[in-house]
Amino acid sequence: MFNRRKMLLWGAASAVLGGLCAGVPARADDAVKIGLILPMTGGQASTGKQIDNAIKLYMQQNGDTVAGKKIEIILKDDAAMPDNTKRLAQELIVNDKVNFIAGFGVTPAALAAAPLATQAKIPEVVMAAGTSIITERSPYIVRTSFTLAQSSTIIGDWAVKNGIKKVATLTSDYAPGNDALTFFKQHFTAGGGEIVEEVKVPLANPDFAPFLQRMKDSKPDAMFVFVPAGQGGNFMKQYAERGLDKSGIKVIGPGDVMDDDLLNNMGDAALGAVTAHLYSAAHPSQVNKDFVAAYKKAFGNRPGFMAVSGYDGIHLIYEALKKTNGATDGDKLIEAMKGMKWESPRGPISIDPETRDIVQNIYIRKVEKVDGELYNVEFATFEAVKDSGKTKK
Amino acid sequence: MASILTNLFDGVAYGMLLFVLACGLAVTLGLMNFVNLAHGAFAMAGGYICAVLVNQSGWPFFAALPLAFLGSAAIGIALERTLYRHLYSRSHLDQVLFSIGLVFMSVAAVDYIMGSSRVFIKLPAALEGQIDLFGVGIGRYRLMIVVICGLLTLALQLILAKTRFGSRLRAAVDDPRAAIGLGINVPQVFAFTFAFGCGLAGLGGALSAEILGLDPYFPLKFMIYFLIVVTVGGSSSITGPFLASLLLGIADVAGKYYVPKVGPFVIYTVMIVILLCRPNGLFGRTAAR
Repeated sequence: MFNRRKMLLWGAASAVLGGLCAGVPARADDAVKIGLILPMTGGQASTGKQIDNAIKLYMQQNGDTVAGKKIEIILKDDAAMPDNTKRLAQELIVNDKVNFIAGFGVTPAALAAAPLATQAKIPEVVMAAGTSIITERSPYIVRTSFTLAQSSTIIGDWAVKNGIKKVATLTSDYAPGNDALTFFKQHFTAGGGEIVEEVKVPLANPDFAPFLQRMKDSKPDAMFVFVPAGQGGNFMKQYAERGLDKSGIKVIGPGDVMDDDLLNNMGDAALGAVTAHLYSAAHPSQVNKDFVAAYKKAFGNRPGFMAVSGYDGIHLIYEALKKTNGATDGDKLIEAMKGMKWESPRGPISIDPETRDIVQNIYIRKVEKVDGELYNVEFATFEAVKDSGKTKK
Repeated sequence: MASILTNLFDGVAYGMLLFVLACGLAVTLGLMNFVNLAHGAFAMAGGYICAVLVNQSGWPFFAALPLAFLGSAAIGIALERTLYRHLYSRSHLDQVLFSIGLVFMSVAAVDYIMGSSRVFIKLPAALEGQIDLFGVGIGRYRLMIVVICGLLTLALQLILAKTRFGSRLRAAVDDPRAAIGLGINVPQVFAFTFAFGCGLAGLGGALSAEILGLDPYFPLKFMIYFLIVVTVGGSSSITGPFLASLLLGIADVAGKYYVPKVGPFVIYTVMIVILLCRPNGLFGRTAAR
């Protein structure tokens, strides 16, 4: 009796175990899954939408199979909340068994996913977030967007050389704003420039009026501005309302403020603003003209720098898979990505083999009217700029 | 000297804007004793109505402003009749939970319909730039805000103090049972008042798009400012919130100008100090209910 019962129990147990094993799906060898985590709702949604659009466009143009494998994108919305990012990345890695995680609208989101990428040994392709430290947080992180240091140091160098001696700064008080300010200040003061006024505005700032009045009263040659993309329009309008444009105070800054996505809505107040950035929809290359035309046709508006970062991100994944012949081993993929060079709509770019960060041209541009629309027209180029936030160390 | 006056003017304009946005809340909270955290949602509705009319249908800005008022008031009365009136007799916690839920729904709905990016209202050229008045820079748009809001405040005060409707409203608030006994249709008076408050918020929303920015998160972002105005001003009259708005507007602008490092905290410090000295707000009645 006892024995029979024991045998039954064992039998049942092994049946359950067997069932469990059979229930785990074998990792499909013919598909490569990419977990795309982006803010599709919330204040950063335009970033997410641009990247998602660009990836769709790339896959339309280049097909969805690489090296004999089908590419499958799983899009998740983290609303730019790092807690969500972490949970979603974990679900994607554990349940969906993705081979890449990609996207990441803001720095905290990219950082939240970093330990998971390290643990799972899969590449994390950062397509938006721009703080220097990100790529140092995991050997599996590769970035196709930009770092704030790249554009902020360049605009600092450019300002000194072009007769701007006194600058007042107005930056939003959060990590990217502080990054932009620090790097700008380093290069601008090293070149002999003087900061006459430094104001940090709170991130949730309802009204720029008092800060702008302070800028006006300190009578600088130019003001250096970094505010989150969405606030750029309000800022430029109040800048013009207060007559700062007429008193000869120029606006300079990293190009985030003059995102192509928002530029046209800012109105003529934005005319003449000089910014340094990685991409302008008006970049005069054939690759870019084709890209802009295809993007406009597919989605009805102009691509911004986030769209380009997403477009290059998926290109990098495609090329890495080609190089590994479809093998999805994380270490091999990262090796394949290091040092890769190609011509992007923004110009020639490459992945720095040491830092896995992007190396790209930074352009100095001025807002001008082209065919009745506002564009950032490039007029000077700094070639192959590395992330100076890291080269310092 | 000139910049002091410019700052003072900016502060007054900002305060006036806060007042138009928040006085509806003072009415529902103070007069009707209903905690309506969704007040900002009506302001947002007004802003978007104005933006759609001006940008997409090509209406002139000044014609769209009254529409923003009427549209928000209409939404207000519809919601009052269908939802809010069931909660008048419930506890404050129920009211808070209900109205905060409404805020989240409005945020999601607007995000879905209009998209999450900021919306700008195309202004007539006459409202752009500054005029120079004896060396003091006065923003045209802000001047218009001061004029509109000043007139509104006068009108509100007159309606409350001099008209038959005003006396009915005050009676309904002071003692609803006696007011009903005297033949005043209290629910109707409340519904109308509620709608009027929503309309004012809508107008404020339309006016504030240029200065505060308009996006789907508007009701959440500015809820705290409305509440500060009402708590500091005391919720038993409209003079209180009016003076509180002016005080906060001027303190906020001056704080950000003269001490930019601690600027954002000035408005909260002022609130705490005032509430410590006068827990019922500047003009609160200690015996109010």
